[in-house]
Amino acid sequence: MKFNRLESTCIPLPMENVDTDQIIPARFLKATTREGFGENLFRDWRFDNADQAIPDFILNNPQYGGQVLVAGKNFGCGSSREHAAWALVDYGFRVIISSFFADIFRHNALNNSLLPIQVEADFLDTLFQVIERDARSVVEIDLPAQTLSVIGQDLRTDFEIDGYKKECLLNGYDDIDYLLQRGEAVRHFEQHKAYVF
Amino acid sequence: MQGAAPKTLFDKVWDHHIVQARAGYPDVLYIDRHFIHEVTSPQAFDGLRRRGIGVARPQQTIATADHNVPTQNQHLPIAEPLSRFQVDTLQKNCREFGVELFGLGHEKQGIVHVIGPELGISLPGMTIVCGDSHTSTHGALGAIAFGIGTSQVEQVLATQTLLAARPKTMKIEINGPLGKGVLSKDLILFIISQITTSGATGHFVEYCGSTIRQLSMEARMTICNMSIEMGARGGLIAPDDITFEYLRGKAYVPQGADWEASVRWWKGLASDPGATFDTEYRFDAADIEPMITYGTNPGMGVGVRQHIPRPSGSHHAELDKALHYMGLQEREALLGQKIDYVFIGSCTNSRIEDLRLVANFVKNKHKAPHVNAWIVPGSQAVEQQARAEGLDRIFAEAGFDLRQPGCSACLAMNEDKVPAGKYCVSTSNRNFEGRQGPGARTFLASPLTAAAAAVTGSISDVRDFL
Ligand code: SF4
Repeated sequence: MKFNRLESTCIPLPMENVDTDQIIPARFLKATTREGFGENLFRDWRFDNADQAIPDFILNNPQYGGQVLVAGKNFGCGSSREHAAWALVDYGFRVIISSFFADIFRHNALNNSLLPIQVEADFLDTLFQVIERDARSVVEIDLPAQTLSVIGQDLRTDFEIDGYKKECLLNGYDDIDYLLQRGEAVRHFEQHKAYVF
Repeated sequence: MQGAAPKTLFDKVWDHHIVQARAGYPDVLYIDRHFIHEVTSPQAFDGLRRRGIGVARPQQTIATADHNVPTQNQHLPIAEPLSRFQVDTLQKNCREFGVELFGLGHEKQGIVHVIGPELGISLPGMTIVCGDSHTSTHGALGAIAFGIGTSQVEQVLATQTLLAARPKTMKIEINGPLGKGVLSKDLILFIISQITTSGATGHFVEYCGSTIRQLSMEARMTICNMSIEMGARGGLIAPDDITFEYLRGKAYVPQGADWEASVRWWKGLASDPGATFDTEYRFDAADIEPMITYGTNPGMGVGVRQHIPRPSGSHHAELDKALHYMGLQEREALLGQKIDYVFIGSCTNSRIEDLRLVANFVKNKHKAPHVNAWIVPGSQAVEQQARAEGLDRIFAEAGFDLRQPGCSACLAMNEDKVPAGKYCVSTSNRNFEGRQGPGARTFLASPLTAAAAAVTGSISDVRDFL
């Protein structure tokens, strides 16, 4: 999936340390395909034991919608399960904004064209306030320019992304396409490595 | 290497594995060993099929079934259909792509991070990856070992390499002897409580200092295992004589002259004096007590005699939510909290030394009547060894339930779940909401603290018994 520019309303989740066990609980990891995990995204926060929607949870609040999740610091910590990224994508998210991402999650997101945007803590706080004031606030994400702005407001920031990963997202390439072209270098490495095992 | 700038252990191992380094691109890193299991591999094999390619170096990937397997009656077909399908899919994929599988019932089966070191498949100086965050465990041998996502599992299967940006380095030095009743699990829970669950994000940690040097190989694995719980990509420890003695004679280690050559190479991997790290911490082992967590991330831990703290400022909401989930109050004492379950297992603490410690403690004692006490060995080999040493009889007499190997209640994908609202003292690595079953309430602790809780039926200070 390619990614270029996106305009969308946001869903705020101002909690810190949202771990992958919350994003997709282990008992839903039994599927052998990548599809369908969105149904169980944030399962235990979204639904009670009787499978009834919990009205307090933000995804069940009809005021909020969109393809951008705005989350508290250290989003995606815990397990390496890529199912967390698949669940977010399957649910419809294209971008996650936070002041901090757990490493493995960030990789998993990028490998699924889900763009993790890391912003300053102050910017994140302001963005939460903007969304809280008006759930219809729209953000614009411009990947080529690496900017994130709130439309109609004087709120804007640049964001970092690895140049290689940016190229992949813009063109819809993945790492394997790149690595498969390195076969000769790998054979050379194997013949000259410093160790015997 | 005269005149060369001093280098860290991490950088030495990393540099030995660079296939290609290009400005503006992540490094192409060669992967020596790749472990796979049933949960995070099926979509990767599907990806290979879609691309019409095979596994590049099938002999460097090893598979086992662990996350999803039952821990009772393993000789019978798996009852739960989805679990069975996932385990069957792994078997089918391994056969089709020529990957060796230690499946259910195989004498080498076990939790992936237990069997790798145990068989000598994981070695110092290697790069080791697996679609599981606790791959950091293998770092105890002096390897760069880290968890990856399924897309990366596919990358490694397809190319035996990984695209990876070099992380920052962190040194954590701990000096002095550990106190009575204090285990390496307490040490790492203490460190995480100080550094926080995100404090090491973006870093690879090297643990060093006199405390680490004195620890056994298995105790070191417990520490490296939980590196990920402070956000680190992984953790590692310089290989030394304890490492070499641990590995000597294991099934998969290099033999004869290759062994000698390897030991020579390994000895040169230690961080050079004067090597610099991006971040450094230093702790004194004398400050560490038996630890217990009270909240819903592994950083929410204190000494077992302390009270639940009252945090300042922005952390309040997070703690309120955690304590609400746990059914606890701030400033409350942890000692004496009644518990319902004890789980001794997981890739953090399910090795033979852990089982010996527990057996030694519970000998001639009995678990409290209301407690369910599960012991789940990390591998078939650990289980066999425990039986050979008669630990199974000690556990049975103490009322503990010794089960068969697997991840079990560490992540509750199989039927080993802690019921909603119940308290479990667990030797595993995560106390996240619902980790041990929906609504389950987890206290993370060492095997000794868990054993003491099983006996008294409440959170106890194991030092009172020693
Ligand atoms: S025991 Fe727990 S932490 Fe370890 S590999 Fe299994 S599920 Fe992961």
